[in-house]
Amino acid sequence: MKSAFVTVGSTSFDELILSVTSNSVIQIFRELGFEKLVLQIGRGLVRPEPCTFGDFTLEVFQYKDSIAEEIQRADLVISHAGAGSCLETLGAGKPLLVVVNDQLMDNHQLELARQLHRDGHLYYCTCKTLTDTMKSMELSALKPLLPGKTEEFANFLDRIVGLEKVD
Amino acid sequence: MFFVCVAAFLGLSFLIALVIICRMVILVKHKEEYKPGKSGSVRVLVVAGSGGHTTEILRLMESLSPCYNPRHYVIAETDTMSKDKICCLEVSRKYKYAEQEYTIHKIPRSREVHQSWSSTLLTTLHSLLYSGPLVFTLKPDLILCNGPGTCVPLCVSALLLGVLGIKRILIVYVESICRVETLSLSGKILYYLSDYFFVQWPNLKEKYPRSIYLGRVV
Repeated sequence: MKSAFVTVGSTSFDELILSVTSNSVIQIFRELGFEKLVLQIGRGLVRPEPCTFGDFTLEVFQYKDSIAEEIQRADLVISHAGAGSCLETLGAGKPLLVVVNDQLMDNHQLELARQLHRDGHLYYCTCKTLTDTMKSMELSALKPLLPGKTEEFANFLDRIVGLEKVD
Repeated sequence: MFFVCVAAFLGLSFLIALVIICRMVILVKHKEEYKPGKSGSVRVLVVAGSGGHTTEILRLMESLSPCYNPRHYVIAETDTMSKDKICCLEVSRKYKYAEQEYTIHKIPRSREVHQSWSSTLLTTLHSLLYSGPLVFTLKPDLILCNGPGTCVPLCVSALLLGVLGIKRILIVYVESICRVETLSLSGKILYYLSDYFFVQWPNLKEKYPRSIYLGRVV
């Protein structure tokens, strides 16, 4: 069953929850072949009831210890611009649409989402442009994000501190 | 209150200026020569912040060899999530390598999210009172941090130990991957105070030429 996972992170993003559960967006989900939508709503005041209508299911929860499983199960992740959610989703190799909260001014987390968008790893929109973006985006065109070079960092640090290489 | 703030500010700026000058003269010259790893192991103090900062720094810790032992983690007092993440990583390390040791220490946060800058100064001074003795007790060879506010007082304490000739501590700063165009406040301060300063995006390398750019490392 093709499913999408929406995550707002540790705070709230009511506008996003309202947008993704609006009739027009649900309609687009169905046109794209999605049959399930899972919402992580955090501290939000907008709390849609979990329900099933026809062949479409809506699941809702506030928080879970780890959203890794939800990401793993999803065919598309729609996320706030938080670095954690972005990196976790891309790390899992899942297509990602970041919805920017334009009511948060000077949010430095946007820098990362914007850059990853420029590099072709994710799509990027606001609640107002969500429907248009969902209609036009091509998930197969997204480039996978290669894992960070932690090994190179470790080797560099070894040299800095003068640890001899043991093989 | 106002005068206390001004006095605290002047005092701190004087201290920082003094530290920077002393450091420039004494320590930077010998940065390349100081190789604590020659003895076979490196005591590390890891500053885990909260949330994203912790995730990032733990990914770096994961890649380090068992020679980085023991590892002393410092977290903010109000941070509950980080402790679990650290324990989780350490359990897996214990499984991989024998004789690994770690400890977790809590210090007051130097800045809560949304806290004003003037009161940040006071809380930073407050956490300096805690971080000084902590760094002195642990005497690590290396401090590894990536930007939570808590790392500034810890690094300043480490510098002081070096300046006072008590213990030379290498300060390695890795700017968070979130910073693409601008440095964080901690980054702006520690660009001058750290021994090795890593950035993860090319734009920052251009703006801050002394930084080290290896690509994305987390």
